[in-house]
Amino acid sequence: MCGIAGIIHRDGTGDIGSELTRMLQSMKHRGPDSSGFALYGPASDMLVMRIKLADPNDARDVGWADRMERHRNEIEARLAKLGAVIDAVHGDQEYSYRVRFSYTGELKPLADYVEDVPGSEVLSLGHSLEIVKDLSDAESVAERYRLKGFTGTHAIGHVRMATESDVDISGAHPYWAYPFSDIAVVHNGQLTNYHMWRRRLERIGHRFQSECDSEIIAVYLAQKMADGLTLETAMKQSLDELDGVFTYLAVTADALGMAKDEMAAKPLVLYESDDLVALASEEVAIRAVIGHEIDTYDPYERQVLVWRR
Amino acid sequence: MKINYDARGLAEPDARAPEVATIDGEGNDRRAVFDAADLSTRQINLELRRLVYDEDIADVTILNPGAKHSIAVGILARCAITIDGSLGYFGCGLIDGPEIRIKGRVGWSVAENMMSGVVVIDKNAGSLAGAALRGGDLVVRRDVGARTGIDQKGGTIIVGGDAGMMTGFMLQRGRQIICGNVGGGLGDSMYDGVIYVGGKITSLGVDCVEAEPTDSDDEFLDRKLGIYGLERPAAFRKFVCGRKLWNYDNLEPAERKLVL
Repeated sequence: MCGIAGIIHRDGTGDIGSELTRMLQSMKHRGPDSSGFALYGPASDMLVMRIKLADPNDARDVGWADRMERHRNEIEARLAKLGAVIDAVHGDQEYSYRVRFSYTGELKPLADYVEDVPGSEVLSLGHSLEIVKDLSDAESVAERYRLKGFTGTHAIGHVRMATESDVDISGAHPYWAYPFSDIAVVHNGQLTNYHMWRRRLERIGHRFQSECDSEIIAVYLAQKMADGLTLETAMKQSLDELDGVFTYLAVTADALGMAKDEMAAKPLVLYESDDLVALASEEVAIRAVIGHEIDTYDPYERQVLVWRR
Repeated sequence: MKINYDARGLAEPDARAPEVATIDGEGNDRRAVFDAADLSTRQINLELRRLVYDEDIADVTILNPGAKHSIAVGILARCAITIDGSLGYFGCGLIDGPEIRIKGRVGWSVAENMMSGVVVIDKNAGSLAGAALRGGDLVVRRDVGARTGIDQKGGTIIVGGDAGMMTGFMLQRGRQIICGNVGGGLGDSMYDGVIYVGGKITSLGVDCVEAEPTDSDDEFLDRKLGIYGLERPAAFRKFVCGRKLWNYDNLEPAERKLVL
């Protein structure tokens, strides 16, 4: 099943951390396995990297805590070696960290070098994007990662009912479009030509951390944009090039888009006003952030909509 | 062993009707109103059932439904229900008898398997509106999503605005009136029944063919649109089953042999 949600403030900012938490929590019944947030805070010259060092359901054997510490130090050393100047390191969990640093080189070698540390995965990398995902429902994740009060411009999120791969952080959405900065995707559905696209994208050098079919959408879109297409054109092409049933939301530093497959098999409800656009698998999620009576509608099959800031 | 908790928060095995409704009037004119803002789906439905079945009230209004799912399902009595807001998925399913007016919008699968009665939605409806409808009238004043009236077996679905793809998919009996445009695959694999379309058609589905409207079609359209005060489009086109899929043809010898 799974539930997806997105919110974009057309001008100005909002407490997107709390807003998205409320949206996702109201759809808990669609997926209690894991919850994920892709939040866009104020853009800065520095890069923010969210990493995990291990999975929360890994067995915590003797020396686990020491190993986490050692791996974190190793990652910091590797960042320094590549010329990154670390500004702040902050860990909400022993296995999950947020690192802010200045760096001007290419992102791919940096991400690859960090992920070479055993067990670690770069969850997001960008100037304003931060991806937080963990097991259990949205309220618990938001509390553990102190997301309430996260001020920003737009965000997407996901509650997951695992069908295609394991219940762990690697299988949780949103997916960052490795190695492209500030692009993320959440997806509701199944892709049937996943392996074909995965092989294709792997041949041009991209890495995939999970067995989850949704992971390819982010990389697929980012690669198209790197090749010169706009987000909207890339999403329109995906309707023909991705097989299966899907409704997905894609975000970049300044835009939020939705695409629905040609069978209109997965739901999405949309609310649009002058200052805010909110979308979710169920209307209850939109009502969780908008108090007054609203008009909403379902986008049709093969519809692609993009809102820019 | 008795299960007294539910980790997903869906079922409330010990729920009781909250008895929060205000009841006005005397005798057969009694009306009840209650606010659903702070009630769970189960509490709302229990309260509605209490009013309709136990209190025998034939006019109930539900305020602030908040797009919750599965509201007003399985009501098997003649009564009038007004829902002052929007519903989520599976609203008003499995009903037999009530006249329900929804002042907002509904999500997927509204009035699924309705046996008789009337459901009027003032705004939009999601996909699968009137799935497996058996009788009664389902009226959506604005647009509907995909697969409207999938597997419909009777009754009438009336849409004031546009309809999505695969409208009337596997329609078996009954009628659909779409005043606006329809998406691709109209009436795909329909067995029987009639679809009237007032707007543009993206494409016809397998075995759906156009037929010549008769005077009785005109009378039917006028009557139905008149009842609900919907504006009649300039012209309606009529679509029925081509009956090509009713029998196996010579190109399917293996299937034919299997069945016969």
